Amino acid sequence: MLSFIIRRLLLIIPMALLVITLTWVLVRIAPGNFYTGEKKLPAAIEENIKKKYGLDKPWYQQYGIMLWNTVRGDFGNSLKYERETVNELIWRSFPYSAIIGLLAYILALAIGLTAGIIASLKQNSGFDYGSMSLAMLGLSVPNFVLGPILVLIFSLWLYWLPPARWSLSGIILPVITLSAIYAAYIARLTRAGMLEVLRSDYIRTARAKGLDEKTVLLRHAVRGGLIPVVSFTGPALAGLLAGTVVVEKVFAIPGLGNIFIQAVLNRDEPLILGIVAFLSILIMVFNLLVDISYGFLDPRIRYE
Amino acid sequence: MIETNGTILSVNDLKTYFQTEDGVVKAVDGITFELKKGETLGIVGESGSGKSVTNLSVMRLIPEPPGKIVGGDIIFNGIDVRKLSIDDVRKIRGKRIAMIFQDPMTSLNPFLKISTQLMEVTRLHLGHTKEQAREHAIKMLKTVGIPDAENRIDNYPHEFSGGMRQRVMIAMALSCDPELLIADEPTTALDVTIQAQILELIKDLKERMGTSVILITHDLGVVAGMTEKIIVMYAGKVFEQAPTKELFATPANPYTKGLLKSVPDPAHEQGKELYQIPGLPPDVAHLPPGCPFAERCERAEAICRSQYPPFVQINENHSSLCHFAKEVYAESVAEREKL
Ligand SMILES: Nc1ncnc2c1ncn2[C@@H]1O[C@H](COP(=O)(O)OP(=O)(O)O)[C@@H](O)[C@H]1O
Ligand SMILES: [Mg+2]
Repeated sequence: MLSFIIRRLLLIIPMALLVITLTWVLVRIAPGNFYTGEKKLPAAIEENIKKKYGLDKPWYQQYGIMLWNTVRGDFGNSLKYERETVNELIWRSFPYSAIIGLLAYILALAIGLTAGIIASLKQNSGFDYGSMSLAMLGLSVPNFVLGPILVLIFSLWLYWLPPARWSLSGIILPVITLSAIYAAYIARLTRAGMLEVLRSDYIRTARAKGLDEKTVLLRHAVRGGLIPVVSFTGPALAGLLAGTVVVEKVFAIPGLGNIFIQAVLNRDEPLILGIVAFLSILIMVFNLLVDISYGFLDPRIRYE
Repeated sequence: MIETNGTILSVNDLKTYFQTEDGVVKAVDGITFELKKGETLGIVGESGSGKSVTNLSVMRLIPEPPGKIVGGDIIFNGIDVRKLSIDDVRKIRGKRIAMIFQDPMTSLNPFLKISTQLMEVTRLHLGHTKEQAREHAIKMLKTVGIPDAENRIDNYPHEFSGGMRQRVMIAMALSCDPELLIADEPTTALDVTIQAQILELIKDLKERMGTSVILITHDLGVVAGMTEKIIVMYAGKVFEQAPTKELFATPANPYTKGLLKSVPDPAHEQGKELYQIPGLPPDVAHLPPGCPFAERCERAEAICRSQYPPFVQINENHSSLCHFAKEVYAESVAEREKL
């Protein structure tokens, strides 16, 4: 088990560097750069700027410097917000994304698991059809539609909640918006997983032993039924914590998603690379956590 | 209370149907049998003939919907099982009637240690404490011949071989000393040598504990040395019923004769291809008006395809569902005498 974890952790390094390399290439081949907007600069000024940022060196030297900085975890200062380092910017905005994401995750799990389990226990009932139709809707309405609709209803018509403010009431709408799609997906996964398990032989054995339905469900069915959900929730949590561009834009949350889109629009190369490195490591760590938790859930899985 | 007269289970005209997209599946359609205390009954028939559904009905374990017991009586020790509340049924399940299933691979919960799975039965029904339950579970594992039971008890099912797993199932089923054990194809998923060991174990425990047993199988060879009497099922119906010896010696139904012919016989005809009844079992959602076996029967005549056969009483304990039951019986007797 330990050697499995160590191997997987070591694997994260080359994977992250690969992702960084691809990002770097993409940034470089995209037209435009951070210092020219639409306008053309005089040649002398351009020359100076290039020198300042090391852009006059051959590409492989630039690439090498970039990689070395990445390995050290030092991306330097943002090009746009020159007073701040990339790391400072990330650590300033990440908590906003993380709080919204974590709350959305908890909400999605609570709703999704409850709805999925009840739907599987009462297959083909009104609740089953109702909740699964709602889940279908949740999956097909994108964030950027759901967010504004919620703002319209709860802020502009009912005046119940502020449209965009970092406060307890202000984060309700973004959390709901963000969790909807995950709740829907978790509900469907849970229902499918539970239905499969509830039909299985060992559940029949448990009933044949005289156990009541509560024990059959909680002791015998839930574990197997939730394995498909677990494989989804790990990457989902990583994605949620990382912040989402759309929801953060709609609700004006100063999170990671928001500065990421700014960084891309500004061609702020160090900031782009820093965020990409941070997110790819985050996602890979969560995937590893999922794999580890499989081992605890399913005794048949042993990591060598 | 109904007078029992030494009868532990009596099933009378049981009908269990399933509502499917393809129509009503009459999985069990008028099954009648009786089991005396301490007796072993064999239920034999091809796959899909309704053997499992019959016994799941006795345990009230039919998934509803799509299934439903639509008629008949199930009297266990004087108790009308169909009239019980589900809570009262649960007091019988696992305690007074226990069941072992076909596939020990999938019938044990792969996520739980076998100690958990064994202990929960006696904690529930016998009110054992944790320590008592564990001690009892170890004792049961030893009884069914699991070596090193003290240590193996905390293993997971996948850490046992198929035969050992079925032993664990048997230990679990017998842990509350049930009055009736239903073994639904307990050896079908196992190797031949392991099969014999498991059957021997069931027989031995049955004799020691005085349990009544229903042994379900699709292989007549399995029940030969195990049971006092046999019912042969086909398409949800009892096709023949007789004491075991008599059924083997002088069958009175062409279907039974077919099943007997398909039993592997180690003494003769080694390497010869095993006989199989031609054709496939019928679709029980769409049965023809006549005998459900007519299409596949060697000696079927016009009447077999048009009229449903009578349940002919050959003698006190022997009956057969066939238009020509008497003739088939006479042929069997004649063949017997030639030997
Ligand atoms: N849950 C179910 N839904 C629909 N049909 C079923 C169900 N369970 C059993 N059946 C049908 O009932 C019939 C008898 O099945 P079963 O008793 O399992 O046969 P056997 O145990 O003799 O092989 C089969 O035709 C089967 O398809
Ligand atoms: Mg069966």
